[in-house]
Amino acid sequence: MAKTIAEINEKIKKGEAVVVTAEEIIDLVDEKGTQKAAKEVDVVTTGTFGPMCSSGAYFNIGHTRPKIKLGGGRAYLNDVPVYTGFAATDIYIGATALPDDDPRNKVFPGKFLYGGGHIIEEIVGGKDVKLRAAAYGTDCYPRKSLETWLNIKDLNEAVLFNPRNCYQNYNVAVNLSDKVIYTYMGVLQPNLGNANYCSAGQLSPLLNDPYYKIIGIGTRIFLGGGVGYVAWQGTQHNPTVNRGENGVPRGGAGTLAVMGDLKQMSPDWLVGSTFTGYGVNLTVGIGVPIPILNEEILKWTAVKDEDIYTQVVDYGQAYPSGKKESLGEVNYAQLKSGKITVQGKGVPTAGLSSYARAVKIAGLLKDWIKKGDFLLTETVQPLPSVDSGVTFKPLKERPIK
Amino acid sequence: MAKKRLVLTFPHKLVDQPITYHLIKDYDLMVNILRARVTPREEGRLVVELSGGKEPLDKGMNYLAELGVQIQPLAQDVQWHQERCTHCTACIPICPTQAFTLDRQEMTVSFDKDKCIACELCLPVCPYKAIEILF
Repeated sequence: MAKTIAEINEKIKKGEAVVVTAEEIIDLVDEKGTQKAAKEVDVVTTGTFGPMCSSGAYFNIGHTRPKIKLGGGRAYLNDVPVYTGFAATDIYIGATALPDDDPRNKVFPGKFLYGGGHIIEEIVGGKDVKLRAAAYGTDCYPRKSLETWLNIKDLNEAVLFNPRNCYQNYNVAVNLSDKVIYTYMGVLQPNLGNANYCSAGQLSPLLNDPYYKIIGIGTRIFLGGGVGYVAWQGTQHNPTVNRGENGVPRGGAGTLAVMGDLKQMSPDWLVGSTFTGYGVNLTVGIGVPIPILNEEILKWTAVKDEDIYTQVVDYGQAYPSGKKESLGEVNYAQLKSGKITVQGKGVPTAGLSSYARAVKIAGLLKDWIKKGDFLLTETVQPLPSVDSGVTFKPLKERPIK
Repeated sequence: MAKKRLVLTFPHKLVDQPITYHLIKDYDLMVNILRARVTPREEGRLVVELSGGKEPLDKGMNYLAELGVQIQPLAQDVQWHQERCTHCTACIPICPTQAFTLDRQEMTVSFDKDKCIACELCLPVCPYKAIEILF
């Protein structure tokens, strides 16, 4: 009964495809069993909406008259520095970039109210942003300075390109120390005051395809409210971690590099975020469709929160010092219940990845597919999986004498 | 037993007066001071919960108004910008009064202004700056 992606796409075009979300498939499998569900369902849609630091966007702003070469010069969008190490009019803004005059953590904890993530949200939302640039001038690009308003509608290209998104599972952060700490996992209260997690669990794309059998380079996805693609495995992609009997990694594992046309996207699904004492970020909405080619693939998509385990890590001491120590394992059903037990103590939990928004993304992608607006893709190249030998290595420091 | 959560603004001339004493002694009110501060221009701001019988409470409020204390319900000074909230749930464990609550079925956050005591603990915790406290 195996199906092909081409067959599923034919059904999508005719408006006949059966599409359910990664949440809905759980009940369906409980009710009908995997064999029958695999026969009936064509596509399962996943979703996630969380802060993803390794995000950014590049723009081609068009040439000025006379021409200016931003490459090798300096440029700022709303006083936030952008990367100019490209050609004359290409710039890249990263999510965590900060204005030069932001006090950072000089007055601790820093507030980090504005930076790259917020600018990307504003640009996507159609707001004007101020470009200020200084160049050194050449015979072919004589102009040396530029100040102008920019708007996304006037840019030649505006492309979201995120080197690492969509983490397949992630640590739960706690604080064993006796003072409040400010981290990318949020504000952590002393002596196990709270536990913060960051995954959509049973809805998260790579947790529904644990061995990357479907999601690979070239996969068409929902990205920031528009259509995007998986460009590559994300940085720190780590397929060779410990896995449960169900194949699901028991901690951070695979990642995706994704890209797509920013002009199609929406500030509803790309939101600038602030982590007190840590920095700014971009919260990114991603949804990935999983074609149900066979029963095995369907089984993976029916994974439940209670079957997805992750590690509780102390961000007071173990994480910052680079020690790989786990305080124990918990599953996402426990995390979502509001309380977990760590070292015998009940600890209240909070998310950073929005499950409610992940549900919406999976639902939107389902609607797009049902309407015939979104066809599925064959991957061009699979992501490195468990047999690849790919690992996530620490830096081997070699002191410069 | 009636209860009100209020923001009281004391003009300069009242800053050194024992007004809370009179509320307790003369009007038999329970005064729970949630927050207090004197601004650089020496205007006093007090977030209080007043409780007592309905009549004494009304009389106590009249006493404050006649003295020239500005009275405003606390709820007016606290704003939850729902459109900024992504329902990440970071605010849930930090809120001491359960003004923020989570529907664990839908995993959506809601905010009850009347339970908020303007402690501001949620401000550094919210990544989207969805809460604004004007106090």
